[in-house]
Amino acid sequence: MSEHHLDARRILCPLPVIRTQNMVKELKQGDVLTVVCTDPGTVNDIPTWSRINGHKILDINKDNDEITIMIEVNGLES
Amino acid sequence: MPKLATKNKPKAVSLISGGLDSMLATKAIIEQGVHVEGINFFTGFCVEGHTHAIRKKDQSKPKRNNALWVAEQLGIKLHIVDVIEPYKKVVMNPKHGYGANLNPCLDCKGFMVGKAYEWLQQNDFDFIITGEVMGQRPMSQRRDTFPVIERESGAGDLLLRPLCAKKLPPTLPEREGWVDREKLYDFHGRSRKPQMALAAQFGIEEYAQPAGGCCFLTDAAYSSKLSDLWKNRGSREYELDDIMLLKVGRHLRPREHFKIIISREEGETKFMQGYRKEFIHLYPTSHAGPLALIDGTVQEDDLQLAAQLLARYSQGREASTVNVNICFMNGETKSLEVKPLPKDDIPNAWYL
Repeated sequence: MSEHHLDARRILCPLPVIRTQNMVKELKQGDVLTVVCTDPGTVNDIPTWSRINGHKILDINKDNDEITIMIEVNGLES
Repeated sequence: MPKLATKNKPKAVSLISGGLDSMLATKAIIEQGVHVEGINFFTGFCVEGHTHAIRKKDQSKPKRNNALWVAEQLGIKLHIVDVIEPYKKVVMNPKHGYGANLNPCLDCKGFMVGKAYEWLQQNDFDFIITGEVMGQRPMSQRRDTFPVIERESGAGDLLLRPLCAKKLPPTLPEREGWVDREKLYDFHGRSRKPQMALAAQFGIEEYAQPAGGCCFLTDAAYSSKLSDLWKNRGSREYELDDIMLLKVGRHLRPREHFKIIISREEGETKFMQGYRKEFIHLYPTSHAGPLALIDGTVQEDDLQLAAQLLARYSQGREASTVNVNICFMNGETKSLEVKPLPKDDIPNAWYL
């Protein structure tokens, strides 16, 4: 398992979802990706994308204008 | 005889917009036992999300991507594809021209089905589904334009339109028995009643009802701003930031050589703050008010006019003077004390 980080601040949906999707494609099962966003829509969109594609949301944290989402790759398929 | 890419169960890729028609078309094919995955293309002109995310007044609306929501309701995967770059040629030079505004609907549909066809080939899928209904759209959804989409996309008869399939010649998936043509539909025209009835039959109670379509290019005000951008640059080239900025603020062109974008509320101000390094920007210091960006090359008297316009939209609009700070891209700043421009001194022609 390895940890990865994606800065998706200042871009609007669906770009944070697309960047997350493209990065996850390069990762292995069990890897953890932390995505930092500023678009409030990502609170819904990244977890929805993760669920329908079999990835597990480990944590969602909102701090002022920043949203941090932790995803376990293929965590729902294991 | 065509063989299934994966031998056992046919696999279809469905163009999911987030609206009802593509949802129903997909559901109809899932019901026939076909494995379906969704695909959604981001052109940069999509209405979804952006304005809701930017404008504070829109933040009471659900902040969700409808294509993702639909995919989850249907229990399918969704692949969102960034097509910003290849889509430019569709917008800048559409072979079949524009609709009522700068909407190149027929070229757009051919482009998207073509991209879905590329995806199908790369991922070993068997056919493509769309939610098109014959006669529903004046440009792209007509009996005589459907074959254009099939031909120019390269998809040919791998393109199945479940909602109006019975009005069309049988496609390969129907002829091969991958789907049962008898269980498809014959919807046509602009009425939404058949779709609503089918939604009820499928037990679909909630769905997005986009007002005015899902693309900014169908919007007259947006198209007018895009035309102005192209005309004043002398080129139809654009970057994502250009087309994003057309979605926010008041756009005024008081002189041919510059345009001013003035935020209308806090959400837009915040969004536009992200562009402060790329534009000369100004804001009032003596009163609360908006942020403005200047696009173009400006002289001293232009800055004076821009500051007066900004003051007009600040809380100091009735004051005798307003102090305005001007920040240049090289980091230098300048302060002006200006009289807000009276409303009647702003010609309608300045508003884009």
